Amino acid sequence: MSSAAPERSVGAALVLGGGVAGMQCSLDLAEGGYKVYLVEKQPALGGHMAQLDKTFPTNDCAMCTIAPKLVEAGRHLNIEIMTNSELAALEGEPGNFTAKVTHDARYVDPAKCTSCGACAEVCPVVVPDSYNMGMAGRKATYKLYPQAIPNTYAVTKLGQSPCKLACPAATSAQGYVALVAAGRFKEAYKVAAEPNPFVSTCGRVCTASCEEACSRGDVEAPIAIRSLKRFVADWANENLPPPERAEIKFDEKVAIIGAGPSGLTAARDLALLGYKTTVFEAKPEAGGMLRFGIPEYRLPKAALQQDIDRVLGLGVELRVNQAAGKDFTVDSLLADGYQAVFLGVGLQGGRPLPIPGNDAKGVFTAVDLLRDITLERPIEIGKKVVVIGGGDVAFDAGRAVLRLGADEVTLVCIEDDESVPGSDEEREEGSDEGISLITSRMPTAVKTDSDGRVTGVEFSACVLGEPDARGWRPPVPVQNTQSELDCDTVVFATGQGLVADFMQGLEGVHVERNQIVFDKETHATGREGVFAGGDAAATGPWTAIEAVAAGRRAARSIHNYLRGEHLVAVMDKRKPEARPGEDILATLEVTPREVMPHIAGATRMRTWDEVSTGFSMEQAVAEAKRCLNCAICSECYECVHACGPGAFLHDEEDTEVDVSVGAVVLASGFDPTPLGSHGEYGYGRYPNILSALEYERMLSASGPNQGEVKRPSDGRHPKKVAFIQCVGSRDQDHDYCSSVCCMFANKQAMLTIDHEPDCKPTVFLMDMRAMGKGFDGFYQRALDMGVVYIRSRPSDIKEDPATGDALITWEDEAGQLHTDRYDMVVLSVGLEPSRRTQDAAGSLGIALNRHGFCQLEEYRPLDTSRPGVFVAGPFSEPKDIPDSVAQASAAAAQVMVSLAYSRGTLTAEKVYPVEKDVVGEEARVGVFVCHCGSNIASVIDVKGAAEYANSLPGVVCSNDTIYTCSSDSLARIKELVGEHDLNRVVVASCTPRTHEPIFQDTLREAGLNPFLFEMANIRDQASWVHRDEPEGATQKAKDLIRMSVARARELEPLYKIDVPLTHAAAVIGGGIAGMTAAAALGDMGYEVHLVERSEKLGGRVLEIDRTIKGSDPAEFVAALERRVLANPKVKVHMGANLTDFHGFIGNFASVIEGRDGARTPIEHGVVIIATGAKEDRPEVFGLGSSQKVVTGMDLEKLLAEDDPAVKDADSVGFMLCAGSLDENKGYCSRTCCAQSIKNAIRLKEQEPDRPVYIWFKEIRTAGLTEEYYTRARELGVVFTRYDNQERPLVTANGSVQVDFKDPYLNKRIEMPLDLLVLATPAVPNEGNEDLSKMLKVPLTADGFYLEAHVKLRPVDFASEGIFLCGSAHYPKGIEETISQAYAAAGRAAAILAKPALKAGGVVAEVDQDKCAACLTCVRICPYGVPSIESDTKKAKIEAAACQGCGICVSECPVKAIELHHYTDAQVFAKEEALIGEQV
Amino acid sequence: MTNDAQEAATMTVEQQLAADVAVVEAMPANEGFEPEIIVFACHYCAYAAADLAGSMRLQYPTNVRMIKLPCTGKLEVIHLLKAFEAGADGVYAAGCLEGECHYLKGNLWARKRIGHVKTLLEELGIDPKRVEMFNMSSAMGARFAETARGFTERIRKLGPNPVRPREGFDPAEAVRARMGDAALPDDSAAEVAGAEITAIIEEGLKT
Repeated sequence: MSSAAPERSVGAALVLGGGVAGMQCSLDLAEGGYKVYLVEKQPALGGHMAQLDKTFPTNDCAMCTIAPKLVEAGRHLNIEIMTNSELAALEGEPGNFTAKVTHDARYVDPAKCTSCGACAEVCPVVVPDSYNMGMAGRKATYKLYPQAIPNTYAVTKLGQSPCKLACPAATSAQGYVALVAAGRFKEAYKVAAEPNPFVSTCGRVCTASCEEACSRGDVEAPIAIRSLKRFVADWANENLPPPERAEIKFDEKVAIIGAGPSGLTAARDLALLGYKTTVFEAKPEAGGMLRFGIPEYRLPKAALQQDIDRVLGLGVELRVNQAAGKDFTVDSLLADGYQAVFLGVGLQGGRPLPIPGNDAKGVFTAVDLLRDITLERPIEIGKKVVVIGGGDVAFDAGRAVLRLGADEVTLVCIEDDESVPGSDEEREEGSDEGISLITSRMPTAVKTDSDGRVTGVEFSACVLGEPDARGWRPPVPVQNTQSELDCDTVVFATGQGLVADFMQGLEGVHVERNQIVFDKETHATGREGVFAGGDAAATGPWTAIEAVAAGRRAARSIHNYLRGEHLVAVMDKRKPEARPGEDILATLEVTPREVMPHIAGATRMRTWDEVSTGFSMEQAVAEAKRCLNCAICSECYECVHACGPGAFLHDEEDTEVDVSVGAVVLASGFDPTPLGSHGEYGYGRYPNILSALEYERMLSASGPNQGEVKRPSDGRHPKKVAFIQCVGSRDQDHDYCSSVCCMFANKQAMLTIDHEPDCKPTVFLMDMRAMGKGFDGFYQRALDMGVVYIRSRPSDIKEDPATGDALITWEDEAGQLHTDRYDMVVLSVGLEPSRRTQDAAGSLGIALNRHGFCQLEEYRPLDTSRPGVFVAGPFSEPKDIPDSVAQASAAAAQVMVSLAYSRGTLTAEKVYPVEKDVVGEEARVGVFVCHCGSNIASVIDVKGAAEYANSLPGVVCSNDTIYTCSSDSLARIKELVGEHDLNRVVVASCTPRTHEPIFQDTLREAGLNPFLFEMANIRDQASWVHRDEPEGATQKAKDLIRMSVARARELEPLYKIDVPLTHAAAVIGGGIAGMTAAAALGDMGYEVHLVERSEKLGGRVLEIDRTIKGSDPAEFVAALERRVLANPKVKVHMGANLTDFHGFIGNFASVIEGRDGARTPIEHGVVIIATGAKEDRPEVFGLGSSQKVVTGMDLEKLLAEDDPAVKDADSVGFMLCAGSLDENKGYCSRTCCAQSIKNAIRLKEQEPDRPVYIWFKEIRTAGLTEEYYTRARELGVVFTRYDNQERPLVTANGSVQVDFKDPYLNKRIEMPLDLLVLATPAVPNEGNEDLSKMLKVPLTADGFYLEAHVKLRPVDFASEGIFLCGSAHYPKGIEETISQAYAAAGRAAAILAKPALKAGGVVAEVDQDKCAACLTCVRICPYGVPSIESDTKKAKIEAAACQGCGICVSECPVKAIELHHYTDAQVFAKEEALIGEQV
Repeated sequence: MTNDAQEAATMTVEQQLAADVAVVEAMPANEGFEPEIIVFACHYCAYAAADLAGSMRLQYPTNVRMIKLPCTGKLEVIHLLKAFEAGADGVYAAGCLEGECHYLKGNLWARKRIGHVKTLLEELGIDPKRVEMFNMSSAMGARFAETARGFTERIRKLGPNPVRPREGFDPAEAVRARMGDAALPDDSAAEVAGAEITAIIEEGLKT
């Protein structure tokens, strides 16, 4: 707790976890003078609370309460939010740590993203939405939830899909498949064509390595990716216009030799890059081997031509019948002004095998044969044909000769059956058409007759040998296996060669082994400016897609060359392969692959008609929907095209940064217990069984059903809903109570009735753990509403398959079994400590306890095992929101203590230019109307609205901008303010809730007061909600602009003034709460007055003999007392009271009055109430009538003194809830269960045979205290439940006897005891009422202090500058009290850290000339701010304390009060403008 | 407080709007009449709910125009009356759910004032249903849209604000149609009503 290495400590802290605890901690620290790095694993802050519909015990809207926090954290200058990030390791010492933070790429630049959402609109990939617990879909490009902060989109990209990685041209196959699934064929075509102009062609003949890689292949069959490509190509050819000519941007010209796939791809890409390109082709038509090597029935010439036409349409010039070496040479091209030449020549020469007879009459090569067919040259083919080869070309040749009239075609290949190189499709279709295939045979000679005509082929059987250097396996003949096949025609489909005469003598270009030598990455040849690709520049005949890929790479390389950049590898960026997990694959339903229709074999074998006829639209969409979205982001780049500001960074890499901090707070929260281990309740198998968080989303108005409660199985509204408690809590694996689920279930049960009034919720529970403030009242409300509670842990749930109902089997308290039917079941899932932080604990150097929560020492509820690292929220122990928030402020205080000397060293303050004085000037309004990309402009006539604005009175300039909030637009606003001397600015765009601060900041940068700004919400409240009414929406937008301009003209500058602040605190109460708070503030360096009315510090904790962990609290108190007394900043006032309190935040003045009447006036900036509570002594269960009936505190004393009354007692009983949870005290005292169990254990351990009984209404051992409940039962303590209807009767005179009903035996038993200990309620200390009146802070009906907000301001009062902690708030244990005391200190320090308070702005001000001092404002202000000034006798509202709600303004009967920024003139202006001057 | 206002104070939004349907359904539809409606919304809940309706792309009629206040507690009687004087056909306030006001009680004050304005309107011969109080949380985008739809429908049925002169429209006739002859002794009654509002406002401003 002492300041570590103060002179060198870093004035910054890292907070891990952006949930409500992390945000609170960060805000307190940032306000308290520290730079904060807030590290959150999700892309936005908010944590689990942002997912909640309502919060208990008030049923407040969770989003309403957390949203202001989100905005505040998101906007704080000294909080650096690091989303998608994780704290990976921590090095160094307290005060000086180096934290390693890993950051997963977001793929969106938050500085550019305007959050317009256009990207998500166009994203085709829908995945389960984790925010909605998978019950709704979201896009791969997404914002976590609508109110998310940072208000920025992100992309989920798990890597790259296998299909994309497998494609040589890196086609985003998952992308166009997703777009087909979405029915967006035009975009799909664009994605397919982006890397590859041959969409139509590759959609038919691609080797489709994507399909081989497809993950769906592991389930039943890969997606028919190629057929989908064909579908989009065919669709595009029917529906899309020809491309527009590409703009020529550069002077350089490029020549392409060869109009095959590589040449045309290079030509297209270069044309799109802005080059004039000319393609030289030796043949009369373009297409290369695609045209001349693939027969019509497989690739119709028309389909190919469509691809070619789209290339030529860009302005690529094609010169046919231009043979290199004959009509031109490379040199002549270079001389003619082409600065680069691409050799895209193919392997055009057919090569027969070197065997005898290979030149006989009737011998063809497949390449020549197929070419001649295309050129319609006369071919003499026989009736019986042998084709040598087993590849696709062999099949093509064989199937082509069938169509030329051959009767019998036999393919013979060297490969065995398994390794026939032809595609399955070719083999199948060939076989359908009657082609036979003979494998493992190598031809040895072609037999001829005397005329030299073919008569047959001679073969040897063969096996494939070892692969050579290039991977080719030569055939090895098997001895004595010769055979012969009769035939009259032989076709060699055994290889192709380069016809490269023209390259002879070409300087610098080398040909080796039939291939052009070139650089594999840059495609450069040895000659400068000459590049090569395609079949002639590869390792052998290639596939079309590989040729395309080569053309693409070459084009980019040529571009680099021509732009004078280095010739570097321009390969596509590759990311790790992403595949769905085994768990996903295992649960998939088998969905067969769509089969493409085709013409039957017998019909088609004599025609050249295309065999396959293509998918129908329905088939294509159905097939595309089978895609598993392996990488989630499909890299279709639709978002990139849709994003106006250019915010997407698809190549962003994950990063790691080191940040220097002085301290760390772990607020990483919890994960719901995974339900896999509770399969017995049927979760995951039965659709009508939900987890509590799923049900929460279902209840939420912003959830998947917009708040409608419906059964997932059939959408029916349930009539009976069961809640099952302690799922993943209080079991063998989780010997702790998750603390929140009982209240969670109460809340959900009540909300169920709100949503479905005739629905009957039933909660199955063991104990109702309603131990928080107001919780029992809440439980009572649930009972009153008709929620049924059954004390049982169901053993089993079965689904009735006919109805989908759940059949729950449970045992009642008498041991009777029941089975009941429910429409729906909600499992109240427990809380486990954040799994990621558990994993990181080793690298962070912090110890975990046996449950995986952060290991904590007694009395140190915020310190991890590593000094300088603190903990807040459920990572320390399951806890609810207020406890987490309090602990967060407490951790912040701990950091402030440990880094007291470096406070303010790293915080920044923004400096603005001096504001221009506009008072008295005529209004000169500038209007900026935003398109928000297409968000507004697609519905509203933005230009028209901007023109209209220009006509409004007072407007001197009006503008429309694509994104008004983008940095260039903001700069333009500043320019125009100067140019036109603007003194008011109106922006018509999205919502002021997110964007007003940005624009106000721009005004300040431009030298204008930020209150001279006004916003019209024409997106969220016009274009988005009136999509189908563009005219009405435009009219509304104009009206809103007119209203805003009218108000803007009435706006006045407002100034925040510095109000001096007394940097001192008064702490009332010297128990552990008050002492801890005082010590913390003193250690931070603030002056503290600790006021204790008794003569002793320590309070009631000193009455406790031993804590539950076995220590003596007196030792802790003594140490704390020494710390307080040793600090010169802390002035302890014993035997004293605070009186004469008055003033406001930062400027309180009081008197400390001693018992002797001495009065010490003090000034202080804050007050902390820590007045504690005490044990009540109600006359129940014989208390007061027998020595043998004592209270819990009495027992502590007896134990401390080793009194015979305990020592010699043969039997002891504890009566819990003695005088509470009943008509007198409706609340739970929170600590007495643990105290009683602690002492029961002690008694049992002292004397194991001594019977110990506990009678209880509820056992409320929340969190980790549950262990002690387990331990007590293990030791044989007998627990018996009772209720208010049948209370035990205690007879206490000399002896004590308890007469109670045993629920299991269902009969009454009389139990004589030697000692009965009553757990009586804790009640507020006397004096609370007077103090509450003096400080003007409220009390609850039970007499405890009422905090400002039950959830998010647990230690604040609504009146600023006043805080509370400890049992004055509500009964609490030692650690909670310490935590709350630090929290109060942290909240107070966030004020005291400031040099001065800022006051003013939107606050109410009294015109004292009008004031009649009627006290209306004084009475109605919910914050007690207005007061009557003693000298003027008029009302005064202190600007520093005013909250700006305006309630007093509206109620003041003489209109003496005005709320700045919402004056009558400003409101009237808007009202009049609406109707006044319409267009 | 009028009976209507008392009733409204204890009804939920659904009940309020449902009750209207019954009352208003019998009225003749005002073909082609597009009412001008002003909504006073608090910053923390209702304005946020309206934004959420936008995020959720929930569609509602274009007739509502929002004026943002920090809290409906700031909504003054005079502002409500001024809206009618200016010619608005309907006005409603949308605040936080009761018990959930960001400023603790502002929405309860607003409800009270709306009730008061209903009484004033009734005295002036303007249907008190033209002004209403609704409550919603910031997560209730759907409720915002539903309220806007329901209230617009209500005002469409009630017809134009009788104190606002419109071309081709006789306000006195319209008032008579809604309120019966007794409400309008002569043709100038609409002007009288308008003048009375002005008087109330001026008086308010004076004091």
